[in-house]
Amino acid sequence: MMDKDSQQPFDVLVIGAGPAGMAAAVRAAERGGRVGIVDDNPNCGGQIWRGAEDDHGQEATAWSSRLRNADITKLFGMRVFHQPETGVLLAEGTDDVCELRYTNLVLATGARERFLPFPGWTLPNVMGAGGLQAMVKSGLPVRGKRVVVAGTGPLLLAVAAYLRKQGAEIPIICEQASWSSLARFGVGLLGRPGKITQGLQLKKELAEIPFAANSWPIGAHGGQVLESVTISRGGKTEVIACDFLACGFHLVPNVELQSLLGCQISGGFVQVDEFQQTSVQRVFCAGEPTGIGGVELALVEGQIAGLAAVGEKNAAQKLFGERRESHRFARMLDRAFRLRPELRSLPSAETIVCRCEDVPYSRLQEHRSWRAAKLHSRCGMGPCQGRVCGPATQFLFQWNPDSVRPPVFPARVGSLGRVVSGL
Amino acid sequence: MLKMQCAKPIRKRLRKRNIKRSRVPLSKTSSVIFAPSADLTTEGKEEFAVLRGFHFKLDRAVMVPVQRHWILSTLSVELGKDRIGARGYALRDGMNAATYDVVIVGAGIVGAACADECARRGMRVAVVDREMVGSGATAAGMGHIVVMDDSEAQFALTRYSQQLWQALRRDLPEDVEYDQCGTIWVAADEEEMAEVRRKHDYYAQRGVPTLVVDSEALQRLEPNLRDGMAGGLLVAEDAVLYPPCAARFLMERAQELGAQLQLGAPVTQIGEGRVRLSDGVEIAGGMVVNAAGAWAPELTRGMEIKKRKGHLVITDRYPGFLRHQLVELGYLKSAHSVTSDSVAFNVQPRRTGQILIGSSRQYGAEHGEVDQAMLTRMLRRAQEYMPGLGQMSAVRTWTGFRAATPDKLPLIGPWPGDKSLFLATGHEGLGITTSLASARILVDQITGAKPEIPIEPYLPSRAVKEVAHA
Amino acid sequence: MHDSLLRAVTLSVNGSPVAVPAGATVAVAVAIAGQPCRRSVSGEPRGPLCGMGICFECRVSINGTPHCRSCQIVCEPGMEVRTDG
Repeated sequence: MMDKDSQQPFDVLVIGAGPAGMAAAVRAAERGGRVGIVDDNPNCGGQIWRGAEDDHGQEATAWSSRLRNADITKLFGMRVFHQPETGVLLAEGTDDVCELRYTNLVLATGARERFLPFPGWTLPNVMGAGGLQAMVKSGLPVRGKRVVVAGTGPLLLAVAAYLRKQGAEIPIICEQASWSSLARFGVGLLGRPGKITQGLQLKKELAEIPFAANSWPIGAHGGQVLESVTISRGGKTEVIACDFLACGFHLVPNVELQSLLGCQISGGFVQVDEFQQTSVQRVFCAGEPTGIGGVELALVEGQIAGLAAVGEKNAAQKLFGERRESHRFARMLDRAFRLRPELRSLPSAETIVCRCEDVPYSRLQEHRSWRAAKLHSRCGMGPCQGRVCGPATQFLFQWNPDSVRPPVFPARVGSLGRVVSGL
Repeated sequence: MLKMQCAKPIRKRLRKRNIKRSRVPLSKTSSVIFAPSADLTTEGKEEFAVLRGFHFKLDRAVMVPVQRHWILSTLSVELGKDRIGARGYALRDGMNAATYDVVIVGAGIVGAACADECARRGMRVAVVDREMVGSGATAAGMGHIVVMDDSEAQFALTRYSQQLWQALRRDLPEDVEYDQCGTIWVAADEEEMAEVRRKHDYYAQRGVPTLVVDSEALQRLEPNLRDGMAGGLLVAEDAVLYPPCAARFLMERAQELGAQLQLGAPVTQIGEGRVRLSDGVEIAGGMVVNAAGAWAPELTRGMEIKKRKGHLVITDRYPGFLRHQLVELGYLKSAHSVTSDSVAFNVQPRRTGQILIGSSRQYGAEHGEVDQAMLTRMLRRAQEYMPGLGQMSAVRTWTGFRAATPDKLPLIGPWPGDKSLFLATGHEGLGITTSLASARILVDQITGAKPEIPIEPYLPSRAVKEVAHA
Repeated sequence: MHDSLLRAVTLSVNGSPVAVPAGATVAVAVAIAGQPCRRSVSGEPRGPLCGMGICFECRVSINGTPHCRSCQIVCEPGMEVRTDG
């Protein structure tokens, strides 16, 4: 089907096929470049547009069809894990590994949920909010199940609405942010009619579901599997029986590949110029890794990156205004859903923080840095490479992440030891 | 407020004898630490502290026993016009201005073992490290406790140290992951089998139990080795451990005996009983030990140590896949070249079920980045011996720098040209194994005790490029 | 639910047959079978957390290959899934 291993470099290679990556690939290809797009999922859409196309509205359908119809080499089910030399990436699939050469690179690696440890959070059926949604989209039946949705961020509402549509009962949505910051966010939305419409739509779908601000889970209980959740709600605790806890604390960007490539990262986000170019020449970045801003910002940044990567600076410039609008929304998001300091005291001494290596909170307190904790407690040394406990400890202890080494994602020994042609 | 004064006649004497030698002026308010070795006595009603022959009058002293040390806290020192100070018994903040019997630069496994050994022999010890405990070559190495027979001296040191580890084994906490899994030296062909038999004889003569295994026996011991290996030599007492936690264990033991540890303190200069930190603070000690691994030459010019870069890869957990540490005998051919880059098949089963894959050796590389060509060679070599490794999930790779000497023996002992300076470095790939024995013979030399093995082969005087006489 | 999800696929989880809608991931099959995906290094039962292949909590053994992230792999008829290592 496609010459995966071609020595011929792509004019533009896009990593990540969520909204930002799709937009970048489509705009670059429409200008006639030789474009490739890679994603570890079997389909495009990323996390936000995962599953059936028609569930996500016209915008998703339109971009999917533009991507389908454009002359773009699609490498789905392939995960990039290494850059053995400048201009070459290695990606691994279920049974194969391929070498991808590029002239320009667009990194649209998206975001993941932030998880915070609290007693019981390792019980089966305690999942991320997006995590449970993804499982349901993959076929997990939730009809008649009770699901407590908790954490922070706009994702909670979308997930609750989706789960309810699938037949789940939602006894409560717990949002850690205060009413006042939510209210400021709501007022801020007045300048964004699209967001209001979305919000109203959600509101309709969420009718009669109790929504509590100033509330968060403080314990999950059960023997082998989750049975109930204790929440702190406006200073009081409450136990709620449930089958699932869908719990995420907003999003953290995936910047491991950017870091491996040497792109400058500041405050956790990839630094880009007005054309979405990173500190590394010809390496662009779009979407959540440059700042958590949602689909619209991802789409406009992706387009700018795709156009700039093929040298269409004028066309890219026309999108700057739209991007400014979306940036405002991103800043509002950041302010409204900032984590409250009380969440730092959620874990007890025995609470597991690193789930790969089962490192409890008490073993981390004695350390002064992420590296010291890694070396002496094994925290972050498991296969998730600190993707879960890293952001958690960053919040709990203000530890900064380490430098990144290949593989940026676990890969087979045989793939890692592949001979790269030309080396 | 407590007061400490020099009795007048003594003060004069002090001024005469010591004012020029004094390196650490006592500040108006200082804490003073007296170690048991500081010869502290009090006389009559008026209390005198006698420190190394210098008498101090103590107006009112509260002496708090802390571990085996006496601490006189927050003394106000009456100094008069002359800012005299008995060399360094003042502590400005933490340990910065104190005097120690030994100041050790480097908190890797060798520095930690030296600190532990010094503290156990009653010395006042300070350890400084630019980063944290066990974070240099200690964190980068494989963590084996092995006997080696490149030379008689290498054998003596590795065997002595292995026995020290065995004696320590009961005390090691769980996270040190000590596992006496044994090493199998794998012979790929008949030529290497001859080497197996030679090694067996060598070890047998020296009381190390080993077992020659043939092709079938090897296959039973390690079913995931590829077919057709000629056999191997099982060295049953060899072990593996997790080095950062081993270093931390030794350091904490030293700290319990009063050793002071300062981390995140880069050292810019050492010599003549002093260690200068990058923030300008000086720590005075009777002796200074340079245990800075591959960075030791930056502090002590003229020693012949080169950085030898290595790569390692660790997999996810596959319990049962591998049972012994395996090393190819071709290692002897490949790893011994002093100049060229080489790789060798060397895998270890970790107590976690993970498999640690090595090894590579590279000279001249200064940067810690993963070198794809070396990584590829190393992993291909590993897969030639154990094809099943290819399908395993690799979770991490890393690199590190070993401190390599031309004759592959460490530098342990006094540095010619500075009587107060001792070296404990140059351990190349055997620092974990030989750390305990290195510490023993180093401290034997400092204290004048009789070492259990001949120390001549390790003396730094053999490896001096140019002795810089001041 | 989509047509593709209505057709059933049968696979085995720890030796017992489980029927799942076509297109379902192995993590879903394990959940329907009522099993945790794995035991943690200290022996706790664990199930999926992130649902997108990054947390490695949903690792199972599939057809003898350990450490497969079950949330990223679609069920195939006859697959043998084990959650007991």
